[in-house]
Amino acid sequence: MLFDRPGGIAADRDNTACAMSRRVFLKTGVAAAGGLMLGFGFPALLGEAAAEAPDSFSPNAFIRIGTDGSVTLTMPYVEMGQGAYTSISMLIAEELEVGMSQVRLEHAPPNEKLYGNPVLGGIQATGNSNAIRAAWGPLRQAGATARVMLIAAAAQRWRVEPSSCHAERGKVVHSASARRIKYGDLAGAAARLPIPEKVALKRPEEFKLIGTPAKRLDAPSKVNGTAVYGIDVRPLGVKIATLAQSPVFGGRLKSVDDTAAKAIKGVRQIVQLDDAVAVVADHMGAAKKGLAALSIEWDNGPNATLSTDDIARDLEKGTLHPGAVAQNVGDVVKAMAAAVSKVDSIYRVPFLAHATMEPMNCTVEVRKDSCEVWVGNQAIARAQATAAKTTGLPLDKVVVHNHLIGGGFGRRLEIDGITRAVQIAMHVEGPVKVVWTREEDIQHDMYRPYFFDRISAGLDRAGMPVAWTHRFAGSSILARWLPPAFNNGLDGDTTDGAIHRLYDLPNVRVEYLRMEPPGIPTAFWRSVGPSHNVFVVESFMDELAAIAKKDPVDYRRVLLEKAPRAKAVLELVAEKANWGQPLPQGSGRGVSTQFVFGTYMAHVAEVEVSKEGGVRVRRVVCALDCGSIVNPDTVRAQVQGAVIFGISAALYGEITLKDGRVEQTNFNTYQVLRMNEAPTIEVHLIQNTEPPGGMGEPGTSAIVPAVTNAIFAATGKRLRKLPVDPAELKHA
Amino acid sequence: MDITIKVNGAEHKVDVDGDTPLLWVLRDVLGMTGTKFGCGLALCGACTVHVNGVATRSCVTPVESVGNSEVTTIEAIGRTSSGREIQRAWLDLEVVQCGYCQSGQIMSAVALLASNLHPSDSDIDAAMSGNICRCGTYVRIREAIKHAATSSAATG
Repeated sequence: MLFDRPGGIAADRDNTACAMSRRVFLKTGVAAAGGLMLGFGFPALLGEAAAEAPDSFSPNAFIRIGTDGSVTLTMPYVEMGQGAYTSISMLIAEELEVGMSQVRLEHAPPNEKLYGNPVLGGIQATGNSNAIRAAWGPLRQAGATARVMLIAAAAQRWRVEPSSCHAERGKVVHSASARRIKYGDLAGAAARLPIPEKVALKRPEEFKLIGTPAKRLDAPSKVNGTAVYGIDVRPLGVKIATLAQSPVFGGRLKSVDDTAAKAIKGVRQIVQLDDAVAVVADHMGAAKKGLAALSIEWDNGPNATLSTDDIARDLEKGTLHPGAVAQNVGDVVKAMAAAVSKVDSIYRVPFLAHATMEPMNCTVEVRKDSCEVWVGNQAIARAQATAAKTTGLPLDKVVVHNHLIGGGFGRRLEIDGITRAVQIAMHVEGPVKVVWTREEDIQHDMYRPYFFDRISAGLDRAGMPVAWTHRFAGSSILARWLPPAFNNGLDGDTTDGAIHRLYDLPNVRVEYLRMEPPGIPTAFWRSVGPSHNVFVVESFMDELAAIAKKDPVDYRRVLLEKAPRAKAVLELVAEKANWGQPLPQGSGRGVSTQFVFGTYMAHVAEVEVSKEGGVRVRRVVCALDCGSIVNPDTVRAQVQGAVIFGISAALYGEITLKDGRVEQTNFNTYQVLRMNEAPTIEVHLIQNTEPPGGMGEPGTSAIVPAVTNAIFAATGKRLRKLPVDPAELKHA
Repeated sequence: MDITIKVNGAEHKVDVDGDTPLLWVLRDVLGMTGTKFGCGLALCGACTVHVNGVATRSCVTPVESVGNSEVTTIEAIGRTSSGREIQRAWLDLEVVQCGYCQSGQIMSAVALLASNLHPSDSDIDAAMSGNICRCGTYVRIREAIKHAATSSAATG
């Protein structure tokens, strides 16, 4: 196997490296089983200097063209529902001139050196809506290079000019002599050719696949029950465990009486750890019954009395002090003093759980000199590293099998569950599958942080903003997850969506204070930084429009004169949503505009508020410009899903702490949107040939303020704290 | 205690406590992992199977309560005509994203279609609101059920 040794293709013979463009490099060689192997690298955002030195270049993705004509792509992204595998296959197939069915994708085995995701600073992970953004250039380059080399190999064999040949459907064709050869028969010869200096990529008008709604490759197995998620693995002799972790974060296990549990049929073993206890059984039914029969005493530790109010109060106090300056334009102090009027608001967003449909789980077998892990995870090299560290085994003795992911949303960028499963497995003979109950999954998540925001604007005589200040406090995920990305008190994620990139504001100051809450872990959550900032900025923009007595769409449009792509999506959404047309009493429309993850997006939400204060989102219209569209159907699906995810958070999402414990337990107390509450969702795409923007996340951040702005339009109540509280909206 | 249950037409003898939820018998004892665990309290519908054709949450169904009833799971739903129609509609309309909840969604949708050839929006709401999808595929699930209803009507 090629990947058994570090370095892989880079160490193969016949290697030559050359720069395809400033930031894309390729290496070729003969594949282990014959055929052409092409290794290439995704450009780096962090550590860019290293990536630009060809000598130190080692590829992080590989295309293998077998002697049977098969095309296999090994790469670092995981499929977690976002359709990445299908879109990525389209990029390769387009330039290589093969059918989608010929392309096979392999999960990359863990190896941070080879597969580190450049947009995530070299971490092997899928997240930040970046799979297509990172793959767009390099994958097409690599596909085109392989095509040119296969054509060259055929031309050499036929002794004709390469320019007289072309590629189609996995073959090289010489039209003049009506000869054709399959890629598989050329792969070996192509591998010995030098890499061409330059290859021309197709022009957008030549695309056959890109821009068409290709069928998802993973769908058939997901409708007949054969798809294998991490929770479905069944290594021979596997036992099932479930666990209780200290309900207060930072607490310890004091004592366990397991007499009753051990008497339950199918219960095999009770494992006690410093801060958790697990019941190992023949099946989950017995494990759960055993867990319920345990009598556990906890030492609650330092966070025993912690509540969400304590955390909120600390953040509120924190924002009385200046933070790190994320954006400073003009002179806000002077402009604020000269303003005709001033508006000040305070906004708050809560902790949120991910509640992926597949509860946390991980299967592990720890042997004397090795360890095997079966899991679905977005950061697979970290999974391997924590298993090695926890067991004390060298990295190369840990094998990780990655699987389909039953919902990521940021949760599976973390490896806490893998560490825990390995700790348990170290006490168990043979493989053990550790499955979190839903309660344990919700109460021991790592949460979207709570944020406290102070925001102010100075207005001119016409009611337009001449000064804008925004200061907010909360946790920085990147400071923990990727420390080099946190500098001078700032990181690119936490402030994303707060820094103005659209509105033409003459004087702006945005400040962030990193304040880590005690007693509750935080993590990335779908739409990350923008998930809180866009709510604040777009709600406040709506407040300003209302104060100026101007239409919210018109007000924004005036400020978007220098952002034509944003203005275009705003105008399109207004037109499609019948903006300005009357609605019945108790109903209203709200708008939002944003530019995050490289995508321009505007939403209009239409809501209905009952006398009891119940909110029903009836209709959502979205217009977006994400540059080049690889798979338009996937883009629509991602918006539809992201909108539902955002409405769930806006209407219901809230994790609270009382006595140091998470109060929510399951889908009855941590509610999410259901079929009977789902709005109609219309998605309008603006087509162009700009580089692609991310699509997995922006729909979530954009919908939240559209909903609360619609509630304002319907009721006159401005909501500055999430989730929506029906008690605030009750009216006679 | 040995309990005999009939799943997808085959009889299985299992040695578990009678109050063990059917879900864990299917997944952990019989190895039929197409039926999913989501909540354990009949709140999310991921574990939906058919018991004598009725959509049933297997996570709260004691195995001893099944008796002689016919249990059908996602692995065999394609053998029925409504099952085939629904699966095809799911593919035609590209419903799935992460896919984890879809076994349960499909089982609920098939039960609906088997008893109601022309489900209205409110019929769909009533039959499908017990099935949560975190990827938010509701819009397409609704369309796919209508699509399947139209094609079943067309094929008679």
